[in-house]
Amino acid sequence: MDAATPILSVENVSKEFDVSAPWLNRVLEGKPKMFVRAVDEVSFSVPRGSCFSIVGESGCGKSTVARLVTGLYSCSAGDIHFGEGQGGRPVRVQMIFQDPHSSLNPRWRVGNIIAEPIREMKLRTGEAQIRARVEELLATVGLAADDADKFPHEFSGGQRQRVSIARALASEPELLVCDEPTSALDVSVQAQILNLMRRLQDELGLTYLFISHNLSVVRHMSDTIAVMYLGRIVEMAPAETLFNAPQHPYSRLLLGTIPDIHAPKRERELQSGEPPSPLNPPAGCTFNPRCPLANDRCRRDLPNLFAVGETSVRCHAVEEGRAQEMPSAG
Amino acid sequence: MTPAAASQRTGTDTMAARSAAPALEVSNLTVEFRTRRGTLTAIDDVSMRIAPGEILGVVGESGAGKSITGLAVLGLLEVPGRIAAGEIHVNGRRIDTLTEEQLTKVRGREMGAIFQDPLTALNPIFSIGAQLIETIRLHTDLSKEEARQRAIKLLREVGIPAPEERLDQYPHQFSGGMRQRVVIALALAAEPALIIADEPTTALDVSIQAQITALLRRLCDDHQTGIMLVTHDMGVIAETADRVAVMYSGRVVETGRVEDVIHDAQHPYTKGLMAAIPSLHERVDKLAQIDGSMPRLNARPPGCAFNARCPAAGPRCHRDKPVLVPAGRGEAACFLHDGGTE
Repeated sequence: MDAATPILSVENVSKEFDVSAPWLNRVLEGKPKMFVRAVDEVSFSVPRGSCFSIVGESGCGKSTVARLVTGLYSCSAGDIHFGEGQGGRPVRVQMIFQDPHSSLNPRWRVGNIIAEPIREMKLRTGEAQIRARVEELLATVGLAADDADKFPHEFSGGQRQRVSIARALASEPELLVCDEPTSALDVSVQAQILNLMRRLQDELGLTYLFISHNLSVVRHMSDTIAVMYLGRIVEMAPAETLFNAPQHPYSRLLLGTIPDIHAPKRERELQSGEPPSPLNPPAGCTFNPRCPLANDRCRRDLPNLFAVGETSVRCHAVEEGRAQEMPSAG
Repeated sequence: MTPAAASQRTGTDTMAARSAAPALEVSNLTVEFRTRRGTLTAIDDVSMRIAPGEILGVVGESGAGKSITGLAVLGLLEVPGRIAAGEIHVNGRRIDTLTEEQLTKVRGREMGAIFQDPLTALNPIFSIGAQLIETIRLHTDLSKEEARQRAIKLLREVGIPAPEERLDQYPHQFSGGMRQRVVIALALAAEPALIIADEPTTALDVSIQAQITALLRRLCDDHQTGIMLVTHDMGVIAETADRVAVMYSGRVVETGRVEDVIHDAQHPYTKGLMAAIPSLHERVDKLAQIDGSMPRLNARPPGCAFNARCPAAGPRCHRDKPVLVPAGRGEAACFLHDGGTE
């Protein structure tokens, strides 16, 4: 096992969805075929044992990336490579979903839900061993052994998310893709789940690909953060760097508008506009209609990712050194 | 007008009474749900007061009773829910004893509502202009043309560009943030004294959320409207509200000015809640967590509902229910501030 090779590398991955009108409408009304580019040439790599996070607003493509990595969607272009897993077999990937109410089968007992991947992948032989493994997993996520005989509806939201995590751990994965794992939970329960996930990372050496819209959760969990806007990564940096010195105007907008209980910014009314439709993105940099620094070049040419220190950023203004004019957020 | 109207307020001039009365006064409200398996008390002896031009944040976890409180004030509790005890006064007028017919007139004129999902709050088959004009004409004597002018003025006020053209568009032609602005314009249509905003920004993205909370703040100042802001998000409260009431398992456990509650929480639950929010400013190895979860309505322990999760619980907490008493610069319902837990 080579620690230097990343456990996951995503290279120029794009995903297009066909959102055309039905065939007959296209023929009769002369409507063209339409595609949404949900993910556009996204590249990143995740080192073993780290937590890589993707943040962005709804519709920016972050969940699509999670589904591409887990193979729930196929890529329209680009490659996804996985590193070598334990004992030379491929890396095992599992996913934790946002809503623990809809991601667990309500008719199955929790013990069966957790045992299914073990049976399916033949990780244990004999019912006694499987049962022992299920109880071990329940203990790992902080549930009692006799919870295996209950149904999902007998648990609270936080406990159900623990069951989801136990199920994901059942196949002994090395990479966990977590799509908004705490968004459906209350704050006090969210803290329990985040603490559990950090502990599991330390104990089991897990790698996380963490998807969230909540910047404070992302800051708590991540080593590296990528900010997505309309299908593209606009900034990628180590967590501390991103929060202390955001480069891209969109990252600054996000950090500037997030509600902060310790330093509320209640005096100003923001007029920062709204994301454009992904069906018809603006020419040039897709952020230009909302950007205070936009000029003719931004409205014409798509900026490329380039490096500033440890940060990769996709912005003409930063590249040309015009970004200093904008007051820093926070 | 009912006999209950504004009578306890001093002053013969109704306008004077209007400005003197709190936008909302809820006293000892109890809401019960009668089910086959017994009566569940969703709201247990809750009192709160909102002055004109004040935003009261009501915060709590799901199931704490914050939305039910808002619905009870609006008179929108659904069977089997009912107000079992207590009084609700809006703008000096008692409303919990009104008939459905009388309540319909009060709703909209005296109190407006903003709900979480702006798509379901608007009728998809009418243009937003038609919906605004209908609401305005229902509550005022304006002619159709005057109502249209007022609708345009309202849309401009809530920050919708080119309101003259937007007026004839349908809800699906608006983005989420713009739709919520339309819902706010609807709530404002009759210049109500009180607006109940139930999770108004939860369905929106952060950058849009900040725009909407700032808009609510500005409207509250301009119109001297009292706003009850119901949310689970302490960040939204910090950005928007003047005072906050923290609810837990159907009761208000702490209330006070927002800064005081955030920086100097008095109730153990509020302390735990504040510490559990991941910080934007520093990364810690382990978040403070409150173990366990809020008890279900049918499994509430005797005494303080928080006793099973509380690090400071004593014998008295398992025996008696604490009530709000002065604590710090606000009030908390905890025996730590009321004679000890022994």
